[in-house]
Amino acid sequence: MNIGVVVFPGSNCDHDCEHVFKDVLGQDVTMVWHRETSLAGLDAVILPGGFSYGDYLRTGAIARFSPVMQAVKQFAAGGGLVLGICNGFQILLEAGLLPGAMLRNKSLHFICRETYVKVENAATPFTSVCKSGQVLKIPIAHADGNYYTDPVTLAGLQANAQVIFRYCTADGKVTPEACPNGSLDNIAGIRNAEGNVLGMMPHPERCAETMLGTEDGRAIFQSMIVSSERKKLAGVR
Amino acid sequence: MQTGMPLITKDLIAQHNLTGEEYQKIIDILGREPNLTELGMFSVMWSEHCSYKSSRVHLKKLPTTGPRVVQGPGENAGAVDIGDGLCVVFKMESHNHPSFIEPYQGAATGVGGILRDIFTMGARPIALLDSLRFGELHSPKNRHLMKGVVSGIAGYGNCMGVPTVGGEIVFNDIYALNPLVNVFCLGLAHQDKIFRGTAAGVGNPVIYFGSKTGRDGIHGATMASDSFDDQSEQKRPTVQVGDPFTEKLLLEACLELMERDLLVGIQDMGAAGLTSSSCEMASRAGNGIELDLTVVPRREPGMTPYEIMLSESQERMLMVAKAGKEDECIAICRKWDLDVAVVGKVTADGILRVLDQGKIVAEIPAKALADDGPRYERPFQPPAYQDMLTNLNYDAIQDVKDANVALLTLLESPTIASKRWVYEQYDHMVRTNTVVRPGSDAAVVRIKGTKKAVAMTVDCNSRYCLLNPYEGARLAVAEAARNLVCSGAVPIGLTDCLNFGNPERPDIMWQFAMAIEGMKDACEHFQIPIVSGNVSFYNETNGLSIYPTPMLGMVGLIDDAERSMTQWFQQEGDDIILLGSSREDLGGSEYLKAVHAREQGSPPYLNLDVEKALHDCLLSLIRGELLQSAHDCSEGGIAVALAESCISGPERTLGAVVRLTRGRFRKDAVLFGESQSRVVISAKPVHRQAILGHAKRFSVPAEVIGSVSGDRLIVAVGDEGSVERMIDQSVGVLLERWGFSLERALNQV
Repeated sequence: MNIGVVVFPGSNCDHDCEHVFKDVLGQDVTMVWHRETSLAGLDAVILPGGFSYGDYLRTGAIARFSPVMQAVKQFAAGGGLVLGICNGFQILLEAGLLPGAMLRNKSLHFICRETYVKVENAATPFTSVCKSGQVLKIPIAHADGNYYTDPVTLAGLQANAQVIFRYCTADGKVTPEACPNGSLDNIAGIRNAEGNVLGMMPHPERCAETMLGTEDGRAIFQSMIVSSERKKLAGVR
Repeated sequence: MQTGMPLITKDLIAQHNLTGEEYQKIIDILGREPNLTELGMFSVMWSEHCSYKSSRVHLKKLPTTGPRVVQGPGENAGAVDIGDGLCVVFKMESHNHPSFIEPYQGAATGVGGILRDIFTMGARPIALLDSLRFGELHSPKNRHLMKGVVSGIAGYGNCMGVPTVGGEIVFNDIYALNPLVNVFCLGLAHQDKIFRGTAAGVGNPVIYFGSKTGRDGIHGATMASDSFDDQSEQKRPTVQVGDPFTEKLLLEACLELMERDLLVGIQDMGAAGLTSSSCEMASRAGNGIELDLTVVPRREPGMTPYEIMLSESQERMLMVAKAGKEDECIAICRKWDLDVAVVGKVTADGILRVLDQGKIVAEIPAKALADDGPRYERPFQPPAYQDMLTNLNYDAIQDVKDANVALLTLLESPTIASKRWVYEQYDHMVRTNTVVRPGSDAAVVRIKGTKKAVAMTVDCNSRYCLLNPYEGARLAVAEAARNLVCSGAVPIGLTDCLNFGNPERPDIMWQFAMAIEGMKDACEHFQIPIVSGNVSFYNETNGLSIYPTPMLGMVGLIDDAERSMTQWFQQEGDDIILLGSSREDLGGSEYLKAVHAREQGSPPYLNLDVEKALHDCLLSLIRGELLQSAHDCSEGGIAVALAESCISGPERTLGAVVRLTRGRFRKDAVLFGESQSRVVISAKPVHRQAILGHAKRFSVPAEVIGSVSGDRLIVAVGDEGSVERMIDQSVGVLLERWGFSLERALNQV
């Protein structure tokens, strides 16, 4: 699988995503500079975490005007897998590839710590190796991860099973106390209606090796690899 | 001479913090009176902050060499070999004065400055730690300072994508008007790709890149070399404003420039900005530099040469490129959206010559500015009050009655309480190397591509240093090394950040000189070289000085990252063993301060041979995979160490049942005394005999004192026949007091 990792000025989890796919999972990785206008040849694209353009003005608000984002939109429209992690999720929201917006965390502080998320929908290219209802331990690190959208959009997300991850307790209870940032409906990750674009605040690339605490984050990347291989097999047939 | 420049008057000289003798020396060097620009350049370069004029004679005594040392003091940072062709580059720096005046920006630019020192050397920064001192949190001003500093560190470090993996914070009202912000940074470099700040090669182009130059931070170095008074808040315009996004671009651009064969030398523009970077690079190479200010990128029109040369605008660098490589350098800077301009060239005459609009506005021998500043052998003598500090009549202090209450008091004192509220605001996991996160004795970061890891800690008990600066400094070295060893690391290098009061006072200078002696003796004994450092004097307001605070940042190497050790208990039923022996060491303890409101007595006894034997023994036990946890006994003594081992684990809490022998000691000394060279370890009972045998071989006292058990911490004190259960508390209560105390203190109204 050939994964593209987009590098915006200010991205800072780009190397971490590269490390997981290349060194841990043995895949090919292409670093994609933000001025690129084509994503040809890639099987999936990651928008990594960080502070694109310093996150000045508003998180992700400047990055969406980057030349590469036109290419990402086309790539997504063609059915390509797009995963936005943390700042990447914020950029997907600003770019309109996912609905909703991010508010400042309820505590008003940056929060870096472990969280538990419940896999609400395992029938996606990003969660296929998980079981529905499975609890993953994945850390967060953000100041603006308090997801918000209007009630109609939220109802739509819920009805279409677009809410993929929700913050929960270690034993899988979705409670207000388990939500670290005030996010609406404990939302930690959502997908688009078509199912090929996922945005999530937790950082799966930070927990894909036992030495770093857990390997739970691997499930997301492995699902993407499985999905890409299936697609290729289908293409051959 | 420029027209329109004011005459150099006595007032002007005094405003520049130069003495009459220093001014005469300037005239002797130049063979004439300086103009205003030159006066400004001398004043910043000869400030205490840049010239180390009071400290240099003492600093020379410190051990700075060793088989692993790749770069010792004198460069932007020190570098130590870790094998595999790699080295770690590290340094610690203070940003105390600016952080009091403007806590957010002061702390943020402190992080920015130390990061530049590291990546200037060709190293990618992989870890930050902070050492902070504030006044007690009952004061709204102190809470404001702490919140601002923590936000500033978070704002800058998080954006840069460099994890803040550890640190320490101590609260004491002596720091209320002089808080300390010391930032440590460590980077990773290839040994054959270390870059230095040198302007070699006559004719080579000098290139400015990074942010534009503005009027901020002018005379920051001079401000940092003066004491505070009630008007200090008016110094706010001398504090710089940070832009971490530009710094991130600068970091990536630098590392890209360094990957190609383009550079001769490079240095960041820190304190004293363009002046220091140019004259220091020229002086190191024995050359001169000619600068044309006309082409320096500026933020605003109408800036004078004085302002441009003294600006401390952040996120700026100066590089000397190989002749003919200018275009390639410029292209890389432009790729990263940075301002860039060829602003001068290396000359053979040793002169820093500054031109503006074709006119010479300054002409000074580079070496005179950078290296020939004044040197002072300032007088020193112990203060008259020293005996009053150390003489403590213990008979007048009642032994502990309710040890449960005393333990809770200690656990919730902000100095000992969990710092989770702080480190959760720092991204401590980015770069996916953090093997041991904040909250253990030392932070551990793996080195990708190898099996290795580095451990880091920052330590200094400044109360010990107040009571006995020589012993205090030795104790700081010993504790830092012990913290590293507890994580399974061999100490390989040290950086210091020496925070003191006004060096013109003999008592302060005595504290400084004694602390240097103490560091020297301990470092020589443990064979740990000091490879970089920083001195911050004048931490004094209205005549009141901080406690002497020789902060240490120590780095250790772990051969196998899988075998790094943490401080918390792991499993029910494990043995708890105390390595080392206890004495009646109550002097200078956190217990005396928190429970009896006394900061007196002699600091704990330290024998360096005993300490070293403990380190060797502990490393051997950890390498032999015999241990489950190891935790240093420090502030709060063994009772606090046991409590922390019960409650500081990230997954769960565990209880412990322990019995401590008393002998002829006070009960409070047994529980809360801070005897050195002690570590609480836990291990599976099957390893008991092996561990005790190990300890015997290393001549380290070892005693099984209890076991990990249940959900209460129970500590009995006494000997056969007269055992008293002194602590009996549920770990839930301990955790609640220790875990949330800082939040409560900060959120009080």
